[in-house]
Amino acid sequence: MIIAALIFVISLSLLLQFFVSYCRSVIGPNCNERVSEQVWEIAGGNNRKLRSDEFNRFVQLVRLCPSRGQDESDIRVVSLYYRLLNSARLVARFISPAFARWTESEREKCSHFAAVVLDRRINYSRELLIHQAPDAV
Amino acid sequence: MLGPLDYLLWFAGPIAMLVGLVCLIARHQLLKYLAIASYLFTASLATFGQYLVIHHYGLTSHQYFYYYYYSESLFTILLFFVVIQFYQELFVEMKAATYIRRGAVCLLAATAGFSYLVVHANRDHLTSRFVVELGQNLYFLGVVLTYLLWFSILKLHESRTRLVQLVLALGVYFSATAAAYALRNLFPSLQGPVLHWIPPLASVWLPIAWAFTFLKIPDEARLVTGRLLARAR
Repeated sequence: MIIAALIFVISLSLLLQFFVSYCRSVIGPNCNERVSEQVWEIAGGNNRKLRSDEFNRFVQLVRLCPSRGQDESDIRVVSLYYRLLNSARLVARFISPAFARWTESEREKCSHFAAVVLDRRINYSRELLIHQAPDAV
Repeated sequence: MLGPLDYLLWFAGPIAMLVGLVCLIARHQLLKYLAIASYLFTASLATFGQYLVIHHYGLTSHQYFYYYYYSESLFTILLFFVVIQFYQELFVEMKAATYIRRGAVCLLAATAGFSYLVVHANRDHLTSRFVVELGQNLYFLGVVLTYLLWFSILKLHESRTRLVQLVLALGVYFSATAAAYALRNLFPSLQGPVLHWIPPLASVWLPIAWAFTFLKIPDEARLVTGRLLARAR
């Protein structure tokens, strides 16, 4: 009984660590990419800083754009991570301010990831448009 | 009685494994990741075998029970070979392959022995308990080995994105399944409504995560592993 309880606690905590690290490895390469003017316009902010609660809005816009089919799995993984962070945020303020700040910064990274994906999709839509109707552009 | 979702998950697992195998072949990585290919191929065949066993003997039969748990144990052992391959890839410059293999075999034998000793005290329901106990301990050993591998990756500042993602996906699989097995040992009544979904979901997750890593992450891609750690500031 004690062994099973110990295995459960250790496995659950390592599951969280592996999953968070996996999500960060997916988001990581996009963190250094700059968000273009067109996405800033969509974001509507003038201080060039993405808000942490903009993730869902960007993902909705991403869904409206045609896809090359390369980033669907990444979006699903990061969406799951974002939902996990939302749940963690609810308890974070009762645990520690540092943990609350961390969840907020992670949510911002998720928003940045979604903005970068949106940027790529918009560019792809333009390419498609140029390819299919060169005179229309 | 199996529902439509059970069938969906059941078939999604081997299909995802075959997709993973195709991705390995398409990226010309079959020989490099032979252990992964062996696991994907064997696990997909064995899952189709489950269907045949249920068809012949029924879902609640002893035959299916033992087939399921012993094939799970076999998959875990195959996954240990995958972990060993990751260790060898990580420590390739140190030429530590022989030591890694010996260490892994000793650990495996020790886990089987430990599981036997734990259940030896409960001889009255030895065999049925043994397979669940063995499954839990094998998966937990997988968690420990993968965590040590992950720790080594961080310490050695390993930057190969592909290796990092393959290891982390395996870590998620092992830890989710080990937690489900342990919870089942603690609360057997949770098996029906909740816990029986976790192993098949994890079996779909692993090949899909690997397949996308092979498809999307080029061999030369690099990242800073220090940034992957979750640190509150």
